[in-house]
Amino acid sequence: MFKMTPNILKNFITEKATRLYPYEVKEPYDINRGELVNEIEKCNFCGICAAKCPSQCITVNKKTATWECALFVCVYCGVCVETCPQKCLHQKQTYRKPVREKEIIFMQGEVKAKDTPDGSESS
Amino acid sequence: MKRTIIPFGPQHPVLPEPIHLTLTVEDEIITEAVPALGFVHRGLEQLADLRDFRQMVQVVERVCGICSMMHAMCYAQGIEGLMEVEVPPRAKYLRVIWSELHRMHSHLLWLGLFADSFGFESLFMQFWRIREKILNIQEATTGNRIIVSVNVIGGVRKDLSPDQIRWMLSELIEVEQMIMNLGPTLFDDYTVKKRTVDKGILSGEKAMELGTAGPTLRGSGVSQDMRTLGYAALNELDFTPVTEKNGDCWSRCKVRFLETLQSIDLVRQAIARIPNGEINTKVKGRPDGEIIARVEQPRGEVFYYIKANGKKNLDRLRIRTPTFANIPALLTMLPGMWLSDVPVVVLSIDPCISCTER
Ligand code: SF4
Ligand code: SF4
Repeated sequence: MFKMTPNILKNFITEKATRLYPYEVKEPYDINRGELVNEIEKCNFCGICAAKCPSQCITVNKKTATWECALFVCVYCGVCVETCPQKCLHQKQTYRKPVREKEIIFMQGEVKAKDTPDGSESS
Repeated sequence: MKRTIIPFGPQHPVLPEPIHLTLTVEDEIITEAVPALGFVHRGLEQLADLRDFRQMVQVVERVCGICSMMHAMCYAQGIEGLMEVEVPPRAKYLRVIWSELHRMHSHLLWLGLFADSFGFESLFMQFWRIREKILNIQEATTGNRIIVSVNVIGGVRKDLSPDQIRWMLSELIEVEQMIMNLGPTLFDDYTVKKRTVDKGILSGEKAMELGTAGPTLRGSGVSQDMRTLGYAALNELDFTPVTEKNGDCWSRCKVRFLETLQSIDLVRQAIARIPNGEINTKVKGRPDGEIIARVEQPRGEVFYYIKANGKKNLDRLRIRTPTFANIPALLTMLPGMWLSDVPVVVLSIDPCISCTER
């Protein structure tokens, strides 16, 4: 009948298992796959991230030098971060805050002159 | 006696996921159960037409949240088999480590939910507190709590550092102790026994006849575990499948409890033997041909049929999940039960409905 009692008594002296979110937030681990950011000045709009992304949430336009990501379609798998040849995509350790409306990140880079030799063609 | 028809689910306090059972009841005793599925069908198999075979790794992970790692591993093993890729030994061991962690957290989740199904709320919280430790290990080593996303075709994406391994081992000692402390409550407590012993009996022969899988089958005394096939690095580790004879809810519970401890042991063995070296190989080309891949998930055997034609999209991907195999068994367990025992019996097969409906 009283098999649970030792556990219950122990719980009085052990530390709390829960925390008062959002006042107390857990320390993120270094490796966490959180918010996706693009350092647009390094990006060459090769489109590799868009081709590799399993949820197909990235749209890259080389002509107009734009990079778009549908944040609520992204599954934060980190594939784009690993495949980006310019290493300009990163994932922060923290997650995004909840919002009321679905957002799309839109980034405008510098349009390069036509004859600049650059990366491979998008597929 | 007058027959009454009672709907059970799709929304029911005891069910984490939607399954509907039409129960025919005579004087509070179930005489027939008819299931209805399809509430969370997402058409993930069809996505193989739209995503290339490498992107499908991330898609199949989302077939089931709880055992995401095993789905991706099974799929990757299938494609690697088709393309005749040799996975580096370290990657094989890492796959075992993460898949056994997945088994642990899935079983702990289930043990909690099972306790909750017969109203033992505090036991539920104790088990989930232990599970949190496993989730922390997963988060610290892979970057995500549950959808760990470590598999790629040809190996794994993340490695374990010696510091992480040390920390993991010390956490596992604590986890093991915490699980052992709950053993007496789960197996000797009067109330727990009253609600689980001799409920939902499934004999070994019947289980085999119905094609049951996983702990539901092993709880009926049949020693069948896909891990004995020796996929990944399991052929180099020692273990014997856990079985129990009685085939009732209590036996199934005991199998899962002991498997949790067995998984800790397997992780330790894998850590002790893990070789150094590469964690993935570059895979070139496209798969061609057809193959079957099988992996033991927390709920039983998952079965992947992959048909490729040398293009970047697969021809066909068919996934048979363990819960699908266990539903016929559930329907034979229910007749003769009291209506009040239905939640316990339904949970005893560990239903994962999203998995089943893909
Ligand atoms: S892969 Fe990198 S460099 Fe190429 S478009 Fe994407 S973010 Fe830019
Ligand atoms: S994290 Fe994954 S889903 Fe998100 S944009 Fe990158 S590849 Fe696509």
